[in-house]
Amino acid sequence: MSAEPAELSSGTTDVASPRWTPVSAAWRALRQAPPTAWFGLTVITIYLFFAVFAPLIAPYGEAEIVAGAYEPWGGDYLLGTDQLGRDLVSRLIYGARNTIGIAVMTTGLSFTIGGVLGLFAAILGGWSDQLLARAVDILMAIPQLIFALMLLSIFGSSMTNLILIIAVLDSTRVFRLTRAVAMNVVVLDFVEAARLQGEKLGWIMSREVLPNILPPLVAEFGLRFCFVFLTISALSFLGLGIQPPTADWGSMVRENATLINYGDVTPLLPAGAIALLTVAVNFVVDWFLHKTSGLKDER
Amino acid sequence: MNPILRTVLQRLGLGLITLFVVSVVIFSAVTMLPGDFATAILGQAATPETVAAFEHSVGLDKPPFVRYLLWIGGVLHGNFGESFSSAGALAGGHVRTVVSLVTPRLWNTLFLAGLTAGIAVPLSLVLGMLAALYRNSVFDRLVNLVTLTSISVPEFFVAYILMLFLAIDFPIFYSLANVSAETPFLERVARCTLPSLTLILVIVAHMMRMTRAAIINILASPYIETARLKGVLPGRIIYKHALPNALAPIATVVALNLAYLIVGVVVVEVVFVYPGIGQLMVDSVSARDIPVVQACALIFAVTYIGFNLLADIVSIVTNPRLLHPR
Repeated sequence: MSAEPAELSSGTTDVASPRWTPVSAAWRALRQAPPTAWFGLTVITIYLFFAVFAPLIAPYGEAEIVAGAYEPWGGDYLLGTDQLGRDLVSRLIYGARNTIGIAVMTTGLSFTIGGVLGLFAAILGGWSDQLLARAVDILMAIPQLIFALMLLSIFGSSMTNLILIIAVLDSTRVFRLTRAVAMNVVVLDFVEAARLQGEKLGWIMSREVLPNILPPLVAEFGLRFCFVFLTISALSFLGLGIQPPTADWGSMVRENATLINYGDVTPLLPAGAIALLTVAVNFVVDWFLHKTSGLKDER
Repeated sequence: MNPILRTVLQRLGLGLITLFVVSVVIFSAVTMLPGDFATAILGQAATPETVAAFEHSVGLDKPPFVRYLLWIGGVLHGNFGESFSSAGALAGGHVRTVVSLVTPRLWNTLFLAGLTAGIAVPLSLVLGMLAALYRNSVFDRLVNLVTLTSISVPEFFVAYILMLFLAIDFPIFYSLANVSAETPFLERVARCTLPSLTLILVIVAHMMRMTRAAIINILASPYIETARLKGVLPGRIIYKHALPNALAPIATVVALNLAYLIVGVVVVEVVFVYPGIGQLMVDSVSARDIPVVQACALIFAVTYIGFNLLADIVSIVTNPRLLHPR
């Protein structure tokens, strides 16, 4: 998961002059980046640092009950304790690991499914393309959160089910995008040449088409990550996503929500953590899109 | 009118097919997949006789095809079956139909969504047009930053911030939206202020950005340039040249966001304990009350498909190229 910012910046080398090395080109692009992009990259790096080194940084264990319920801020427990007496700082730090980890896994899975099927449909065309496209139309005709709620009510809310359900539902959007951009590439001469040479489907997919459609896919990865992250947080907030005692920001908001009635801002901290990360990723994606594509007049 | 009518009818037909397939998906997803509902509802200690009686009473012992026909036939007559929470009826308790659970909550949700849409739609259209006309001004940049931020934060974050500031630190509005059927209209509006404000903030951002993009797109087209060059007044350019062509994208934007509103209500209803259909669905998912989940999912899906269909039809009907065929 730590490869994400590196991937974003190395993607920009495709449009830079080829005589530079990827590293120097990435550094050049970074220096010209607007403050919003810098802000976004910094925030993402800090989050990833906390996520990776959570057990080393957190003062207490993830589900360790250290004091009475709802201890106030300050003293041994910097941000107090939650409804069971677990240290809030530790849970926030572990939450970074769980929430971001699950969202990255889900987005990765969704891209694998959607990307492979999208390339497949674009290259093969014909009835397999039609079949896949119609199936996706049907899946997209039901609002995603509602569909996810329905499936979770059938399969029960375990972490595996959550990841699988969201990944499959989200892969529909990836499929559409991949298919659309790949359609423009598969009609080009070099793909035709590869076909006539007798290259296998896997080679054409990964070597001929994929490198040419990478920039929009990388940007889409950022956007889909935000969406998946928000969906999982919303489900956890509704009590149907990541289940206790796993520390997760969405369910932490739910668990501490009553505090808000006493003017205590504690439940806003995990919610703010979610908000800050999605805003940061959006800023970076915005800059990336601005740099790599013709979407300049959208801004 | 002929080509328009044909396209609209085609689109309607496609919509009906989608509705049919979606109803099959919702039905089969819930019925054919694993999960022993009878024991889940009645508990592990239920005797085989009780399980069989329960399965018979809710019709689980019939083949899936027959059950679908019975279910969809009932739905078309406004009968969604009985809630699993009436399993106690076997022991002589009272039967709770899905309709009796859903109807009052559906009204509440429609009230909230209507209130929100009534304010959000005009507001975002005006803001979007202003941002497009004064592109790259300080106003535009500010609005862009604010809306990008409010799109990317979760709804419950906006909801709790509003609750903290406007209901607890400064007690202006009600923090909980617990209305009932007897609540008088004005009090109902007052109690709905915060949930509705949350939804407005979220969908205005979406709608405004999309309106802005649509208008900028049209203002950049050659025929607007021509009109400008031949000296047409700016106001006339907007009303006579840009607006007729902008109607279709704007209608699409509005319909898509009303569809988005449907999903947004779920989280907001839970935050403000508003007795709407979203909260009912969440509760039923936790209780695995399948008939209620089915009914809620179908209602949400039908509304969503309906709005998308409406967006398509409006964009077909307002397309000047189709309106004046050569």
